[in-house]
This record gives sequence, structure tokens and C-alpha cells, in this order.
Amino acid sequence: MTPTVREIQGAVARGERRAVDVCHDALSRIDASNGTLNAFITVTHEHAMARAKAIDAHPHRDQLPLAGVPVAIKDNICTRGLRTTAASKMLEQFVAPYDATVVRALEAAGAVIVGKTNLDEFAMGSSTENSAFGSAKNPWDPARIPGGTSGGSAIAVAAGMVPLALGSDTGGSIRQPASMCGVVGLKPTYGRVSRYGLIAHASSLDQIGPMTRTVEDAAIALNVIAGNDPADATSAHEPVTDMTARLSSMAPDRLRIGIPRSLLEQGIDPEVARAFNTALDTYQALGATIVDIALPHAGAAIPVYYLVSTAEASSNLARYDGVRYGFRAANEHREQDDLQTMYSRTRARGFGSEVKRRIMLGTYVLSAGYYDAYYLKAQRVRTLIRRDYEQALQQVDVIAMPTSPTPAFRLGEKVSDPLQMYLGDIFTVSANLTGLPAISIPCGFTADHLPIGVQLTGRLFDEATIMSAAHLYERQTSWWTRVPNL
Amino acid sequence: MSAALSRPQVDAVAALAHLELSDAERELFARQLGEILHYVEQLQAIDTSGVPPTASVFAEVTDRADEPAPSLPRADALLNAPDANLDAGLFKVPRVIG
Repeated sequence: MTPTVREIQGAVARGERRAVDVCHDALSRIDASNGTLNAFITVTHEHAMARAKAIDAHPHRDQLPLAGVPVAIKDNICTRGLRTTAASKMLEQFVAPYDATVVRALEAAGAVIVGKTNLDEFAMGSSTENSAFGSAKNPWDPARIPGGTSGGSAIAVAAGMVPLALGSDTGGSIRQPASMCGVVGLKPTYGRVSRYGLIAHASSLDQIGPMTRTVEDAAIALNVIAGNDPADATSAHEPVTDMTARLSSMAPDRLRIGIPRSLLEQGIDPEVARAFNTALDTYQALGATIVDIALPHAGAAIPVYYLVSTAEASSNLARYDGVRYGFRAANEHREQDDLQTMYSRTRARGFGSEVKRRIMLGTYVLSAGYYDAYYLKAQRVRTLIRRDYEQALQQVDVIAMPTSPTPAFRLGEKVSDPLQMYLGDIFTVSANLTGLPAISIPCGFTADHLPIGVQLTGRLFDEATIMSAAHLYERQTSWWTRVPNL
Repeated sequence: MSAALSRPQVDAVAALAHLELSDAERELFARQLGEILHYVEQLQAIDTSGVPPTASVFAEVTDRADEPAPSLPRADALLNAPDANLDAGLFKVPRVIG
């Protein structure tokens, strides 16, 4: 098994291992399996080795919380001087002129960026099949999807290429691929981590977070990337406490776990349901109390999500018009082509099918005559969903659900039916609509050796509680130690 | 509402979105948007009278002092433009005035 963030940082800080050797190992593993898995759109061999060399020469590397840790970055997060594509033809040649705040934070902490990972175009999808750079593959079964949209980041961690990757989560895009690839994925509270430099999908829902093999590693990473950023007006001033300090302080007999039974009554794969119930048994055996809760409006989360997110996306993606950056469709009829034609042809050829579908839907629901019935209605139901969660979290510390109703499905299985693809997000979208932090951790495998994840949702800015509850479970089980055969 | 959108409806939305669609896409999106809009109709059954909308869960006041500060240099901002006059510091677009 490849080393964790904690192990690498310790070894590099103590001078037992050189960052260049760690980096070389990571790049070798990427080169060995990226051809099969398509986890990375760009691998930054030279840049990474130069950075690793600089860490080895760093006089205070023992004080760097991520000293020499190889990190993969989802390719919708800007990296200065490196191509940042959002897996779109629209940005195929885009070289970011600045770093995202999270990238600066990681590098200042001693991390070594080894590449940019594959995703669904502009982070729209649930399978990493909507990529202009080809589908990514699940390392547990390359005939299956890795989940999405942070599929490449999940693969990179699951396959042992890197111990830490950043993803972004608008409706489950960190947690669902983490679940399907058998790793830990954390969506922090909205506002906890700066979105500056994250290519916007739906601004009221997007959040960056870590994907790792252990909960402790996710806590270490969150320590580095969390905090207020003047460049993001929606980043919170909430104080950031050391997320690792409280990890082991959870008293299991005081932990109250809420289960929204009626939401879990149907549509869940039997093997997922069994693994979920076994996870609850484990918590109960540790002394936790299982409490039935009601989330009466959570069943409406999918329609709310697909109205709110597409409305926001149609607005955010208006900027891709072939003028300031990215692709511009060639002028085929020089005489006739006017500015409007250039815009609409550029967008027709630069965007893939799912992105166009969502821009169309979002434009429709925002248009005159439909705004109140769709967009405004969805925003009001969003309030009801928030109230449901607020009330439930007065009775319990965390809310548990399966992360995804099914394990990883086969490549191509759902691409022709977008609505079916959307329905798979039923357990993840609420955390984005409510802003609450949520984490997915491995909780078992199907008979076909496909990973299954359990999701814990907590109170606003209380990542510490969901992470310590997750850590408690992880230490009692060995799912996280399993690695795919590559 | 399960019916597909009409051709003129799809064309009107595509025009608003600045998207040139092929005939195949027009037909596909008319059907798929119709299905999705039918699915989201279930929200109409939820009583939201007196419920305020949530546009964002973020609760902090984000006003800040209006003070100039360094921003992206113009040359960097032009680097990714598909067509630009770097010396003049301008993006170039097709002729607008006849």
C-alpha cells in the first residue's frame, strides 16, 4: 500500500525520505496506469520534480504540513502557467494566468502538484464520461465509471498515484466518486474554502474539498486550504481550528446519528443497503445512538438542485464567447459572419452535449414567464430543505445516508438518459443546497469488489464532528486499507 | 407538461443562450428538456406560501472598502485571447459596424 499524507510529510520532514524520490514514485505510478484509467488530463513531470527539489532544499521543511506530498488538482482549478481545461474543448489551450487560492495554499504548505485530473466538462455530470479528453475508468473495474465529476481525482487517490487530490463538489462531485472508488471525500461547509480560481459552475453550491485515503489526511488537507480569502466574497470569516486535534476526541457513547428512514425506503441497491446497515451496526456496537429523523422535503432535492444549478450555470457559462479566452470557432463565411454568429457558433462547437443541455435548461427556467414557476419555486423549496436539516441537526450530531444509491455503473449505461443520471445524486445534493459539510468514507464492497460509501452530514462549520465520527468508524474497520489490483 | 418543447420554444431558448443548434440537437433537447421539466413539476405540489427563497446560504455581509488594488496585468489578461492586438492591449472581434 502506498504511503499516506501523514506518512510522507513525516518522512520528508524528518529527512528520512527525499521529496524528489516521493515525487518520482508518484509520477512512475501515474505513468504506469494513466493510459488505462485516464485519471489525468495533464501530468506535470518537470514542474513537479523542480518543486520537489525545492522542498528538499527548504531550510524549514520540517515545519511544512504537506512537505513533499504529491497532490493532484482537479482540472477546473486554476494553476498558473499550467493548462487548465475544465475537460472542455472550450478551454483546451487555456493556460491559467493566476493560481487558485487553494493551489497557493497547498504549495506554501510544501505540496508538490503532479498534475491536473479529469472531470466531467465544467463539472457537469455524475460519471466523468462527459470529458472532452475521454472517459475516466474505475480502478476497481475499468469497464465501469469512477463516478463524477471529480472522477480523475478519486482514481488518482484510489490507485495510489497520489495520497491527496483536490476535487470540487456542486451536487456530490467529491463524495460520489470517492464512494465509487473507495476513498475519503470531504465537501466542507459552503464558505469554508475559497473558490477563487475555481472555474464556476453554480456559484451558490460549488465548494472545493480534499480526497484522500484516510480521514486524518483529509483533516490535514482541510487545515491547509480552509479560511477566509479576500478574493472570494463568499469565503467565511469563521475561525479555522486545527481539524486534526479533535479527530480522536469523539466519545462514541455520546454520538447521535440521525437516519432519514423514509428517504431510504426505495431505490437503493440491496448490496449498498446492506453495507449501510452494517455500518450503522458498527456505530451502535461502539455505543452510538441511532435516531430516526424526518427530512420531509429532502425527496424534492433533485428537482430543486437541477433548477438552481442549471440557472446558475447558464449565467456563469455566458463568459465563454470566443472573445477573451479559449476556443473561437473559425470564421467560415468571412463576408457574412457577424459578432452574434461568432458567439453562437463558438459555443456550439466548444461545449459538449451535457453542458449545452444544462445551459438550455437554465436559460429556459430563468426566462420571462417561467422564472417564478421554476427558479423562484425551487429557491423556496430550498429554504424548506434547509429548515428540515436545521431541525434534524438539533436532535442529532450527524445524519447518515449511503453516499450513492448504487455502486459504480458501467461506462455508457446512463449517457443517453440524463434524467436517470441526475436521480443518482439524491443523497448528495442536499448538502450543497443547505451548505452543510458532508463526508463520504468507505463502508464495504459488493460481491463484484466494487466500493460502497457512507455519507455523514453535519452542522454548518462543524467539519470536526463529521470527521471525528468518520475517523472513529475508519479505525474500527479495514475497508480503507483495500487497494485495487492494477 | 410531459410534452416535448416546441421547435419555436427551443429556438427561442437557444437564441437567448447564444447556442447554434443542429437539427438533431433541436429534436433531442426538445424531448429531453420536456422530460426534465415534467419531472420538476412535482415541486408545484409543495406548499411554499410565506416561505422566503434561498439564493445563497452565505450569511455574512460582504461589503468592503472601495479601494484600488493591483489586479491581473493587461498583458496576462490577453494571453489566452483567440485574437488580440497585444501592442494596443485590445481583444479583437468580428466587425460590428457595417
